[in-house]
Amino acid sequence: MLFGIEWDTSSELAFAWSILPMLLIGLWVTVQATVLGFFVALVLGLVLAVLKAAPSRFVSWPARALTEFIRDTPLLIQLFFLYYVLPEYGIVLPAFLTGALALGLQYSAYTSEVYRAGLEAIGRDQREAARALNFPAAHTFTHVLLPQAIPRIIPAMGNYLVSIMKDVPVLSVVTVLEMLNVAKIIGDRTFDYMVPLSMVGGLYLIMTLVASAGVRFLDMRLPKQGLPLK
Amino acid sequence: MSDHIIKFDKVGKSYGSLKVLDGLDFEVKRGEKVTIIGPSGSGKSTVLRVLMTLETINAGVVYVGNEPLWHEQRNGALVPAGEGHLRKMRQQLGMVFQQFNLFPHMTVRRNIAEAPVKVLGLSRKDANLRAEELLEMVGLADQADKYPHQLSGGQQQRVGIARALAMRPKVMLFDEPTSALDPELVGEVLNVIARLASEHDLTMLLVTHEMRFAREVSDRVCFFDKGRIKEQGTPEELFTDPKEQRTRDFLKAVLDA
Repeated sequence: MLFGIEWDTSSELAFAWSILPMLLIGLWVTVQATVLGFFVALVLGLVLAVLKAAPSRFVSWPARALTEFIRDTPLLIQLFFLYYVLPEYGIVLPAFLTGALALGLQYSAYTSEVYRAGLEAIGRDQREAARALNFPAAHTFTHVLLPQAIPRIIPAMGNYLVSIMKDVPVLSVVTVLEMLNVAKIIGDRTFDYMVPLSMVGGLYLIMTLVASAGVRFLDMRLPKQGLPLK
Repeated sequence: MSDHIIKFDKVGKSYGSLKVLDGLDFEVKRGEKVTIIGPSGSGKSTVLRVLMTLETINAGVVYVGNEPLWHEQRNGALVPAGEGHLRKMRQQLGMVFQQFNLFPHMTVRRNIAEAPVKVLGLSRKDANLRAEELLEMVGLADQADKYPHQLSGGQQQRVGIARALAMRPKVMLFDEPTSALDPELVGEVLNVIARLASEHDLTMLLVTHEMRFAREVSDRVCFFDKGRIKEQGTPEELFTDPKEQRTRDFLKAVLDA
């Protein structure tokens, strides 16, 4: 029994059918961790990209060093650090939140590079036009550069969305009951790992295919010139 | 007030060892229409780009009105200008680019209205009204809702002109406005510029290879060579009776082409 649901071991099929609701509860946690982690990665990545492009070295270098540090250390270590070390300094976060944050932090290093490349691909002519019209720097960024960069970075960001989704099982080591963890618990108790793990694989495949299709749809729908401003 | 609106006082600009402006002295009077011609690399576009604060200078002083453009007075000394000063000075200038430089993700109306809203503080409604008036003027009243890529090059450049005018600049800078256009589209852009020149007391500075047009619209033509003015005068003087051999060679080369 898990989540108050009984499993039925009379046949493989009945077993699979009976544990499906448990796995779906785990899947929902996986989706939530993915969405939250991706959101953190998008926001923090943008902040890092802006800092790295700052004219002052006192700003850009620490941001660059931080990106490098995050990228070159394993997600698992960052996760353990946030989960076990932060509480020593009085910061106690629920496991789920810690996990999503760790995912977001790890991937912000990658998304910041995507933003940077996307912004640098915009021609100098756009910055010059904005300067000639006397736009404030922040307005040039939010209304000229970013709207043009976003359609170009959708495919790369989509890849990271799928990567984050596939990294969520790492959160099981800090007790988050995401889909793989649920499957493992079912296996531990019924001594049948084959069925739940196969189902997790199948469900993952469906999830990533749906996510990829969504990204492709967005990629096709957004005008290549940039997010339209009417 | 002195009668010049723009003054270059021994202005130098170089990229490494390449001198683009070499001790340039150059003045433009209020309301004057000045055309700059010359071979590529002679510094003619740089003059406009320095005025629009897209390029810094290495020596000398540039004045717009009576104030230094790239410098500020501080304790009686001229120091390099901060962004605040540049913003204030930039307001007096408008620029039309060779490649139009329209914002591809904004409608034509938004391209024109954006700066009046964000920089001048106009309401969106008033700015749109201003944009539509200007579009009427450049003959594109029915294109306000289109995006730049849906327009021809000539139409895009006319939007570029309207966009610069929307800020009500005192000086308009045209940087080879027809060089990127197919030949059959050049006329419509030149017509708009010519009308601007004849109907307004706007000061205009135009870099172009359209010699016939330069002759029609300008009060004065300056021939640039190696970062300086080699020769200048009224269009008649310069085109029919150039004094310098270098000017004659250049004019012969472009007019024969």
